[in-house]
Amino acid sequence: MGKFWEKDWIKRLLKNKAAVVGLIIVLLLSFTAIFAPVLAPYDPIKDGSLQNRLKAPSSEHLLGTDKLGRDILSRIIFGARISVEIGVISVGLALIVGTLMGLTAGYYGGFLDSILMRIVDIILAFPSILLAIAITSVLGPSLNNAMIAVGIVMVPSFARVVRSTVLSLKEMEFVEAARAVGANDFTILFRHILPNSMAPIIVQGTMNIGTAILDAAGLSFLGLGAQPPTPEWGAMLVDARELLVKAPWVAFFPGLAIMLTVLGFNLLGDGLRDALDPRLKQ
Amino acid sequence: MMQPLLEVRNLKKYFPVVKGFGPFKEIRWLKAVDDVSFTLHKGETLGLVGESGCGKSTTGRAILRLIEPTSGEVIFQGENIIALSQKEMRKKRREMQIIFQDPFASLDPRMTVKEIIAEPLRVFKTRENIKKRVEELIEKVGLSRSHLDRYPHEFSGGQRQRIGIARALALNPKLIVCDEPVSALDVSVQAQVINLLEDLQKEYGLTYIFIAHDLSVVKHISQRVAVMYLGKIVELGPVEQIFNNAKHPYTKALLSAIPVPEPGAKKEKIILEGDVPSPINPPAGCSFHPRCSGKKPICIEVMPDLVEVEKGHVVRCHLYSGEVKRGI
Repeated sequence: MGKFWEKDWIKRLLKNKAAVVGLIIVLLLSFTAIFAPVLAPYDPIKDGSLQNRLKAPSSEHLLGTDKLGRDILSRIIFGARISVEIGVISVGLALIVGTLMGLTAGYYGGFLDSILMRIVDIILAFPSILLAIAITSVLGPSLNNAMIAVGIVMVPSFARVVRSTVLSLKEMEFVEAARAVGANDFTILFRHILPNSMAPIIVQGTMNIGTAILDAAGLSFLGLGAQPPTPEWGAMLVDARELLVKAPWVAFFPGLAIMLTVLGFNLLGDGLRDALDPRLKQ
Repeated sequence: MMQPLLEVRNLKKYFPVVKGFGPFKEIRWLKAVDDVSFTLHKGETLGLVGESGCGKSTTGRAILRLIEPTSGEVIFQGENIIALSQKEMRKKRREMQIIFQDPFASLDPRMTVKEIIAEPLRVFKTRENIKKRVEELIEKVGLSRSHLDRYPHEFSGGQRQRIGIARALALNPKLIVCDEPVSALDVSVQAQVINLLEDLQKEYGLTYIFIAHDLSVVKHISQRVAVMYLGKIVELGPVEQIFNNAKHPYTKALLSAIPVPEPGAKKEKIILEGDVPSPINPPAGCSFHPRCSGKKPICIEVMPDLVEVEKGHVVRCHLYSGEVKRGI
């Protein structure tokens, strides 16, 4: 096997300018999340004072302060941690459940397929944010429950993508060859079919991280996700709502952070899809 | 007489063809393999020939239960493997292997050659040293150890086919179904792969079912040949008999289509009229009658049985059965 960066798909990815922009945004976000305590000039929660409230951006507070006098830059930097956590955990949850559902439905077909795919259809019948709201209101508002809700809402996209890939892969001769040497279903599914369906799963995962962050921010905005004083971007927007005219920076910067993050993951996801899809190979 | 290694009795595989739905649903059956029987002794090679879509590959796969047969018996070393449970069948698979037609589709693109060849050994958790065995196998099929860490896409068609052969050999099988193993390869490479298969047969006493549509390849490698047409065996016999003394009109037509490697050589070609009928709705009587030059009234109505014309040489044709001879 060649070196990682010599692989064809990596080369194709790096040739795609939009994907590189996406990759840079995602890397910056990850870097910010990991080194938040070093990067942030103030504590995101404790360093507030009412004398400092609603200060416009200045050299002291680069992005200004909110209504409790907390530094917005520091809160956004710590918010990156939460956003990355939301993205990874909820997408991870959806990926595991959805992939298992898709593998089972696609490989075994028949009755099992019908049952699993009807469950998927039911979930898809609800607008995603509405279903997420319903789930969090049942589980109770908290960041963890918001992640679970967002994860559940995203299960169908993985289940469908994996199922359709499995349907085409299971007819391949190398799968038949594995069966001919006596491999059982488990081996065939996890050693042959799953590794060969990784490309669409990775693409789906990357694209969904952006959506997950957006949905979780939406839930927090509605008071169903992260609770104050957690520096979550969606929750920061709620506080800013009534201050839009008086102190626009309080709403602007968390909103910008959400937008850039979602954009980054979407650009990267699009780029990965183009790079990994062999049909586009020349 | 010695017990045959493999005995196939009345093997059938019908695929349902569903048209419409609900109360308008109409199920018809595509008879891919229709009542195929033959026996095979240890060390022998049976060539299975016929046009595309005549059921050769389906027969090969049904014998290995890679496709579940609709009915019939496959008796392998005295045991009917069709009656085995899935779990028992998996264990049986180490005795019977398959080499696929398409060397590009039959190797997992995400696995190294080492992993591909080691897979059967892993599945059966053989005690022997897997690494050593894989190295032995790769050299046996004429590749080198340095190829083991590469991926299938780095190899040519012939090399990939050798990898497929190494995988099939890994468990020391007794029977190997070769499903058109050379038809995807260049002619020069074909000969190498055929020679390899022959050498391996001699060394390990392997038994082959060799599926092909290239008659010259079959003539070279097989001791006996079965000719299939629309899911049925129409003629089966020793290779010399089939090639020098073919009885069935279809076999004659097939043989006349072999190109003669001699410029200017004159040869009578029998050009068959029409196309192969659909196996969903095969013609009544002898399924070959619409294209047969020597058809008799009885051929349109009655499906002929296999009759023995010489020892070990059977034909499914009324011209050789009692009825026509008696003048009906």
